[in-house]
Amino acid sequence: MDAIVADDLRKHYGAIQALDGVSFAVRDGEVFALLGPNGAGKSTTVRVLVTLTRPDAGKASVAGHDVLREANAVRRTIGYVPQDSGVDPYGTGRENLMLQGRVQGMGGRDLQSRVKELLELVGIADAADRVVRGYSGGMKRRLDIALGLVHRPRVLFLDEPTTGLDPEARVAMWAEVSRLAQAEALTILLTTHYLEEADELADRLAIVSQGRIVVEGTPRELKAQLRGDAVQVELQDGRLDDAKRIMASVGAEPETVLDERTVVARVEDGGRALPGILAALEGAGIGVAGVSLSRTSLDDVYLHYTGRDFQREDRGEQ
Amino acid sequence: MQTLRHTWFMVVRQSRNLAREPIWIVLLLVQPMIWLILYGQLFKNVTRLGGFGTASYVTFLAPAIVVMNAFFGATWSGMSMITDLDRKVVERFLATPASRLAIVLSQIVRSAVTAAIQAVIILIVALALGVHVHTGALGWVVVIVAAMLVNSAFAGISQAIALLTRREATMIAIANFIGLPLLFLSSTLLAQKQMPHWMKIASRFNPVNWGVKAARGVVLPGTDWGIVAQDLGFLLLLSAVTAGFATWTFRSYQRSL
Repeated sequence: MDAIVADDLRKHYGAIQALDGVSFAVRDGEVFALLGPNGAGKSTTVRVLVTLTRPDAGKASVAGHDVLREANAVRRTIGYVPQDSGVDPYGTGRENLMLQGRVQGMGGRDLQSRVKELLELVGIADAADRVVRGYSGGMKRRLDIALGLVHRPRVLFLDEPTTGLDPEARVAMWAEVSRLAQAEALTILLTTHYLEEADELADRLAIVSQGRIVVEGTPRELKAQLRGDAVQVELQDGRLDDAKRIMASVGAEPETVLDERTVVARVEDGGRALPGILAALEGAGIGVAGVSLSRTSLDDVYLHYTGRDFQREDRGEQ
Repeated sequence: MQTLRHTWFMVVRQSRNLAREPIWIVLLLVQPMIWLILYGQLFKNVTRLGGFGTASYVTFLAPAIVVMNAFFGATWSGMSMITDLDRKVVERFLATPASRLAIVLSQIVRSAVTAAIQAVIILIVALALGVHVHTGALGWVVVIVAAMLVNSAFAGISQAIALLTRREATMIAIANFIGLPLLFLSSTLLAQKQMPHWMKIASRFNPVNWGVKAARGVVLPGTDWGIVAQDLGFLLLLSAVTAGFATWTFRSYQRSL
């Protein structure tokens, strides 16, 4: 059964079309990632699914409940860990968790023992009775996640779970999420703009760009569609068309043009092909300013399906 | 029922946070003490003008200061909502089955409870200054209730402004804008009889004045319970209306998400 179904979701804010027909399905028990640069529409998609935002058009259901018609049933089934924490900084970790449990209809012994269990599970039991304002970034994030889990939800939404964490804390968080998914038998939908994160955590992922799902599959499937290696050549001057023709003639078919001086080609075995490509360009009198060779990553998948460079787009460049 | 329970949980949360920084309550009490002690001393002979119902100006002033303090507190109560909106605490609750009404009501109730606590403290100081509450224990209760009702009536408006503007600077400007005019258009500092005619008329429509009249009515001799009940009734009605308005603005905030 599908834990989450999004069907042609559309939403605009003023002139901005945040969602332009988003459709995907997440199976029960899997970890699914929405991967895309900042502003692609990932968070808006999540906000629709957790009943915070109403879509202009389209349908969605979570755990079999319609997000518009059965919003409260959805709210009881899900845990939502928003991008901006939402923790009350003047309360203690335990108080935050207790209140969250109470508004989810829990109480008494059950709630107390659940809160204790969670504090230990996410590793902040020692700080449980301290005011959250004094927590470190990593501790706060752990509390955020615990808040999403108090009422034993079946589906957990993690919006950018590791944004703002240092690399070390990020890797620790990945381990944490995998462990929680197992321990709590959860279906997880996470959004991220870190390609490694999706690669590391997700059973399946969908690439989101400009309010649409561009492609969907397992990280392995997506990477397998792009065989070989990516050779990126940066020219000294702008003789792009000449360079493309020459590269094609030695078997390195240009795939994407990144800017007026940079072209990316895909070749079967980059290490072997590279000397030939460089020799051919030099022979034609085209100066090469730089060259790089990379194994297929989700970066390449993104580039392949959208024609745009992920990192640049994420930083808001054109 | 669920709304009441959720309101209670949220009031507990807000009160606990407030108690962690009792400096806030102290700060909010300094100003009324200044009015009560300095103003009360400075203008103590003003009662000779007549129409005050007592020769002791501080007795005339004390119940009104309790109400004034509750009123000023209310105009600021939306700040706490803005903080919760900014910190996304409200959004976190919206993704749960938490009662939407409770999110708004808890802010108003917390504000009114704070006003009640301050009222008790001010009354104790007034007692020490020699103020005698003519109707005794019941009078105390009425003064506190008047303070709570004036507070909740204006807290509803303050919550609505918070939800509509969502900006602290705007809130501060509006709080300052309505604070002093409504104070001077009431009989807080001076007997009704000493007001210019147009002010007397205007003060009839000033909810702050309803609270002042009710509170003062039970402190001074010659209490007219009918008028006290009527003023409190108006305030209760107004509180319901402004709470309704605040709830309506909360809906429009939700739609804007």
